[in-house]
Amino acid sequence: MKKNVLWRFSLIGVTVLVAVIFFLPNTPLFKFMPDWWKKSMPSKGIVLGLDLQGGLHLVFEVEGDKAVEASTERFTYLIKETLQKKKLQAEVKRNGLQIEITPSSPEISTAVKENYPNFNMSTSGQNLVLAMADKEKTAIKDNAANQALETIRNRIDQFGVSEPTIQRQGENEIVVQLPGVKDPRRAIDLIGKTAQLEFKLLDEESPLAAQLPQAVAPSEEEGLLSQFADKVPEGDEILFEKRVNRETGVVRKSPILLKKQAVMTGDLLSEARVSLDNQFSEPYVSITFNEEGARRFEEVTGANVKKRLAIILDNTVYSAPVIQEKISGGNAQISGSFSMDEAKDLTIVLKAGALPAPLKMLQNVTVGPSLGEDSINAGKLAGLVGTLATIIFMLIYYKGSGLIADFALILNIVLLFGAMASLNATLTLPGIAGIILAIGMAVDSNVLMFERIRDEIRTGKPPRSAIDSGYDKAFATILDSHVTTLITAAVLFQFGTGPIKGFAVTLSLGVAINLFTALVGTKSIFDLITSKYKIVRLSI
Amino acid sequence: MLELLKKPNIDFIGKKYITLIVTGTLSIIGIIAIIQIATGKANMGIDFAGGTEVQLRFEKPVNLQVVRSALDAGGVKGFELQDIPAENRVMIKTKQSEGDLSKIADSITAVLDQNMSEHKYVIDSTTSIGPKVGTKLRNDAVKAIIMATLGILIYVAVRFKFQFGVGATIATIHDVLAILGIFYIMGKEINLIVVSGLLTIAGYSLTDTVVVYDRIRENLKLQFREPLPNVINNSINEVLSRTIITSLTVFMAAAALFFLGGEVIHDFAFAILLGVIIGTYSSIFVASPILLLWKKNRPFEKK
Repeated sequence: MKKNVLWRFSLIGVTVLVAVIFFLPNTPLFKFMPDWWKKSMPSKGIVLGLDLQGGLHLVFEVEGDKAVEASTERFTYLIKETLQKKKLQAEVKRNGLQIEITPSSPEISTAVKENYPNFNMSTSGQNLVLAMADKEKTAIKDNAANQALETIRNRIDQFGVSEPTIQRQGENEIVVQLPGVKDPRRAIDLIGKTAQLEFKLLDEESPLAAQLPQAVAPSEEEGLLSQFADKVPEGDEILFEKRVNRETGVVRKSPILLKKQAVMTGDLLSEARVSLDNQFSEPYVSITFNEEGARRFEEVTGANVKKRLAIILDNTVYSAPVIQEKISGGNAQISGSFSMDEAKDLTIVLKAGALPAPLKMLQNVTVGPSLGEDSINAGKLAGLVGTLATIIFMLIYYKGSGLIADFALILNIVLLFGAMASLNATLTLPGIAGIILAIGMAVDSNVLMFERIRDEIRTGKPPRSAIDSGYDKAFATILDSHVTTLITAAVLFQFGTGPIKGFAVTLSLGVAINLFTALVGTKSIFDLITSKYKIVRLSI
Repeated sequence: MLELLKKPNIDFIGKKYITLIVTGTLSIIGIIAIIQIATGKANMGIDFAGGTEVQLRFEKPVNLQVVRSALDAGGVKGFELQDIPAENRVMIKTKQSEGDLSKIADSITAVLDQNMSEHKYVIDSTTSIGPKVGTKLRNDAVKAIIMATLGILIYVAVRFKFQFGVGATIATIHDVLAILGIFYIMGKEINLIVVSGLLTIAGYSLTDTVVVYDRIRENLKLQFREPLPNVINNSINEVLSRTIITSLTVFMAAAALFFLGGEVIHDFAFAILLGVIIGTYSSIFVASPILLLWKKNRPFEKK
């Protein structure tokens, strides 16, 4: 018997020691530990959730349909080229997610079928209608989501956030968690910007170019577009250049008629950096193309001397200078009344590459650091008061045995923190609530046992056998009540999001540890006492 | 021995008609609440309904009326205000979730900066949830409640007999309905964190039920000459003080959370407080009398 008790006490001692070692990094004591300890012992401990340390939790949807649309647009041009090469006369047009070819002839359909097997073909009247196969669409969307994830990761790496979490969720969602970010607006803009850099030639030959007004207020943009909608020549589009008056800060928008097809895009970029304008000491972004890009740029500028080339980012024209001569070397600049931070962020997004499709924000949770601190303090106070109240109650109601239950309670708390630290679990505000509830539930097992022991004493059993049979009889009840709580905690973990998951973790750990402390912890002390002393009356 | 109740002898089963009215009323209110939730008429948190919430802390105490007129003047529509005067905190909630989510909160603070610039504040937190996420979270919450209830039903049915499983499940559903109903009547917001409180209660209220059922199961063997209602009554009386004490310890912890745990988990703690009381009530007045439904006499003796 004695040996058995000793063994159980060593088990408790070892678990407490391990728990303390794991939890040490969360205490100020860790600073004073020797270097070898910091290197070889656990050093991470419990991680604070975003709701406690402040930061950003964002969920974006990758608009895969837009990627499919862009891809269809590309194919439209490719098909046009193929048909031209084969000297087949036909008009190729994109209509939504379909490509229409007029007229339809057996030669054309064979040519298309041979070169573009990923399209389903049908005829409607004079037209040959091509629609991308579903499998291909899914692949494009999936690819877009993966690429967006990678791009966002690159951008955030360069922005510099410690321990960001960037994950795909479901088919087309991306979850971004940025702890401790001080400027949420800037981070959101950085992630959400599509950063599609394009170079397009102006269409100055069309009569429409002269009819367009010089500039309009930003609110008149839509109206202007619908006013000229049916006058825009085939293959052209109207985009706006934003102009900010340096003195007054008034924003005006100048409509510009452009050839829709970009002569160059930003994917041929090799470098982007912030430079300062000599005249106004205003920052601008200078970009350098890679070898292929430089060659293309030389070709394009060479072929279009004296014409205007627009530099466009995300469908906004930044500038549209006249090409004076052929530009070799592959350098260009983007200016547009940037602030220093804006220019810096623009270089980040240009270097990290464009998003394959626009992002739509689904969820945006921003927590300031002070709120988290207040929550932690409130949680600590509530925990302390809850624990003390429970301890005092048990002492008054169960006296000596209550003291043993209180010992188990403290053991429970120590092990719970140790277990959370060993898992590097994330502590959230609901998680703190879970700990406090677990403290309240922790003594329940002891209450059930003690009441059973009292039952046995009432039937006239001596203390020692009353304790033994009390434990045996209460065991099933304790197990059942713990398992039901674990079932709901598991469900919460499965369905809950961040903070709620934290609650499920602390609650289930607390309940599981409680089984150990109640069944091994308090029983060992009872056994130790009854084996050492002859107890006539139990203090219960 | 310090005893809460010395040998109580209360006729719980005899009061079943009174308790049936109480139980029925609570459940009906709960069902009404669920219908209102399903049709979107209840006070749903933005995590379920979609919307934007901005929590601010002002440097000095601020009158809610000032905030209200500032927002009105700025053209912010359909907002609700709530404040915690002791901490100078103000919460602004709108159901707006259309358009660019990242800009809604900014537009609200921009209005405040413009119309009440003399009041300095810091932004504690902003939350914007789009309608799609709201729908998903709501479906998840419903799934979670159903899964938890099923899990409990299966576990209790395996550990006890089928009748006990049904009794425990009905008692659990009753608890969840009652808390939902009380939240609905009080006009309190039903959000994700309150739902987790509900699920916690679903798990915890079983503790009491299991304690009572254990004793009934045991006494069915010991007191085989007694009619069933007496066995149930005796069992409840025997375990009454421990049922109350186990609830009391959790109640104390939840009360500490309720009074000291801060605003964010205030309603969660309130749900737990209610749940502990209702869970204790239901294990005595709902779960136990249900066992009588099967046979008036000695139904569980042998299979």
